Amino acid sequence: MNLADQLPVLPVIIPLIAAAIGILLPKGRIAWAWATVVSWVTFGVTLMLLEQVSLAETVIYDMGGWTAPLGISYRIDLIGAIVMTLVAGVAAFVFPYAKESVAKEIPHAQSGYFYAMMLVCFAGLMGVVATGDAFNVFVFLEISSLSTYALVAMGARADRRALTAAFTYLVLGTIGATFFVIGLGLLYQATGTLNMLDLHERLAGQDNKVVRAGFAFIVTGLGLKLAMFPLHRWLPDAYTYAPSAVTVFLASTATKVAVYAMLRFIFTVFGFTFAFMDVAFLLFILLGLTGMVVASLVAIFRNDVKQMLAFSSVAQVGYMLLGISFATVEGVSAAVMHVFNHALMKAALFMAVGVVFYAFGSHQMSAYRGLGKRMPFTAGCFIVAGLSLIGVPFTAGFISKYLLIEAAFSATLAVPSLLIVFMIVASSLLAVGYIGRVAYEMFLADPAPDAAPVPKIPLSLLIPLGLMTAANIYIGLDAEGMTGLARAGAETLMRTGLGFGGVE
Amino acid sequence: MVEFILARYNYWIVIILMMTGLYIVFSRGNLVKTLVGLNLFQTSVFIFYITIGYVAGGTAPILIGGGEKKDDHHHNGHPHDDHHGADHDHAHGDHSGRHSIDQSSPLSHEEATAFVQGERANALDGNRPGGSPVEEAKAHEGSEGSLHTLPEVGAMPEGERTGAASNSLFSSADQSSPPSDAQRNIDRFDVDVAAATPSPRSENIVEATADILYSNPLPHVLILTAIVVGVATTAVGLAIAVRIREAYGTIEEDALEQMDNQAEFGGTAPQSDEGSRA
Repeated sequence: MNLADQLPVLPVIIPLIAAAIGILLPKGRIAWAWATVVSWVTFGVTLMLLEQVSLAETVIYDMGGWTAPLGISYRIDLIGAIVMTLVAGVAAFVFPYAKESVAKEIPHAQSGYFYAMMLVCFAGLMGVVATGDAFNVFVFLEISSLSTYALVAMGARADRRALTAAFTYLVLGTIGATFFVIGLGLLYQATGTLNMLDLHERLAGQDNKVVRAGFAFIVTGLGLKLAMFPLHRWLPDAYTYAPSAVTVFLASTATKVAVYAMLRFIFTVFGFTFAFMDVAFLLFILLGLTGMVVASLVAIFRNDVKQMLAFSSVAQVGYMLLGISFATVEGVSAAVMHVFNHALMKAALFMAVGVVFYAFGSHQMSAYRGLGKRMPFTAGCFIVAGLSLIGVPFTAGFISKYLLIEAAFSATLAVPSLLIVFMIVASSLLAVGYIGRVAYEMFLADPAPDAAPVPKIPLSLLIPLGLMTAANIYIGLDAEGMTGLARAGAETLMRTGLGFGGVE
Repeated sequence: MVEFILARYNYWIVIILMMTGLYIVFSRGNLVKTLVGLNLFQTSVFIFYITIGYVAGGTAPILIGGGEKKDDHHHNGHPHDDHHGADHDHAHGDHSGRHSIDQSSPLSHEEATAFVQGERANALDGNRPGGSPVEEAKAHEGSEGSLHTLPEVGAMPEGERTGAASNSLFSSADQSSPPSDAQRNIDRFDVDVAAATPSPRSENIVEATADILYSNPLPHVLILTAIVVGVATTAVGLAIAVRIREAYGTIEEDALEQMDNQAEFGGTAPQSDEGSRA
């Protein structure tokens, strides 16, 4: 009963219990300190877990000692550990950042609930990744989503549209989750089990309408959660009107975890033996490509910088789907790498947006006019992260796009590889378009003469921003370790999908 | 054809409720109505899960202990029986016969783990070990061609032998006859393949094992969880609706959208051309 045995479950339990305690604590500073400490402890635990998993390949934890098909077991392999570390890492930086930003954007009376909600959301996201039980994924997905709806609605103080955005998100999110449950029900009907590995074993060779319908429902449901292109309607508004800290956290974790769940279901549960899979892959390619281009185009014409970045998130999800659709180790590791890198760049970008909002109370392009002279550090971070988003060499974005293009050439696909590569480059050029617009305003346009003076920006906002930006450059310069991890993770995942290994 | 539709009326109810709910959600209107539609949609899923869990002739998934409780069970069990229609009359007739033999013992932890270690992984129902043979039958039907079919019989722990014997009988029978059977099921899009539909064949085993037949409790548990989630969602949704009413003074979606558009286009540079250009 030592600590190391309990590692897989701790990242879920710690924030969940801490959230309940957090509500009881005095509001404001103490609640914040508590949440921050918890996030760092959880981050430490996930790092230990990552180390454990990289040595032992898969860690399995049976809830209450009930073994797999009967009980719920947590099963963490390398990809899971990477995503958990990513989520916990982002949380560990978002909570310090949240202090000043929340004090400005959220009424003091609500701050205690705010941190509690963040912790619940955090626990839910961790649970989605950790669990090896298909129904448990739904429960945790809803735990994180429900708290997210409330968090988005808390942006109402700055802009009442946060409320309608939260409502739309709630309706669409619930439809997505319900589709997912219907899919699980159909799978249960066909197999009689909910454990993912068990499901995989029993689905092998089954190809009837029940399973196909289940597959379609699950993919659509998760597609709604991860804002797959035509199902992305909730995302831009929710990200735009949520409080800054919430946007940073959601943009870099929530959709990523949904992408992870999608990977899990496609490769671990259904696997390549499932004949219907090719249709799904083709769909992913087409939707991914369309999403990349259309969402980037929409982003160019946005005047609200936060909304612009939100649309860019939809486009970036397209890259991840593309990586999944290649269905090769290279493709999946590129997708995982992009999940990781996109989290870093969007965290940095939205943090910069949050700093500008802290200073001027606006997300509009006009607030960015002459920012290069007035707030050089923030503007610099924005540009570096923006270059990473575009995929300029020596930044994180370059690494994942390079891997993706490499994977596109090495895979045999229904759509010509050259076309895919062309679309990837085109979408990157569109990213130049929207980041360039902000860059133009920041560095080339003169500050408006009547502009409000720049208030003092607290260091607690700037340090996480700087660190996130530095992480983008670090990954860009020294990607060896990270790509190696992603590749090893993808290999483990695909091995389960191919039907050998996986069974412990 | 009519029989085919009528025999699955619960699925039709599910589909109709689901579509009604979705329609209400998507058709423009009042925020509260949207939530009502959402609830309807979720309710259809609850019914769907309950349908999955239903075993014809099975009683509620409550462990029946001593002899004196058996009479209760007899009464309680009956209302469930005439649920599924079609070929379940057999199961019904058989039902009372089964009662005469007191077999139920509580599912202890040891038993359960032995159960698992014996690799009888396809016990879908969490009933007593070796419990519902109907489930067994459907596992065989459902996972045809999977790795599970035969070896497990040998691997069963002590105390499961009676069940094992009949199971092995059944499996051999299963192997000899029914590819056509399974084929037919798939052709008819018989969702019941793996659901709770005992075929006449499986009754022999029901008799042989002489056990109390339970409905599959797992879907009930799952749906309880989903109901909790649904209630929470409704609560959050209504809370947001209240806040929207405070902030906007209306909960009509058209009016809200109009106000939002005004806020967006009024305060900032014109964006009306973006739709056409994008």
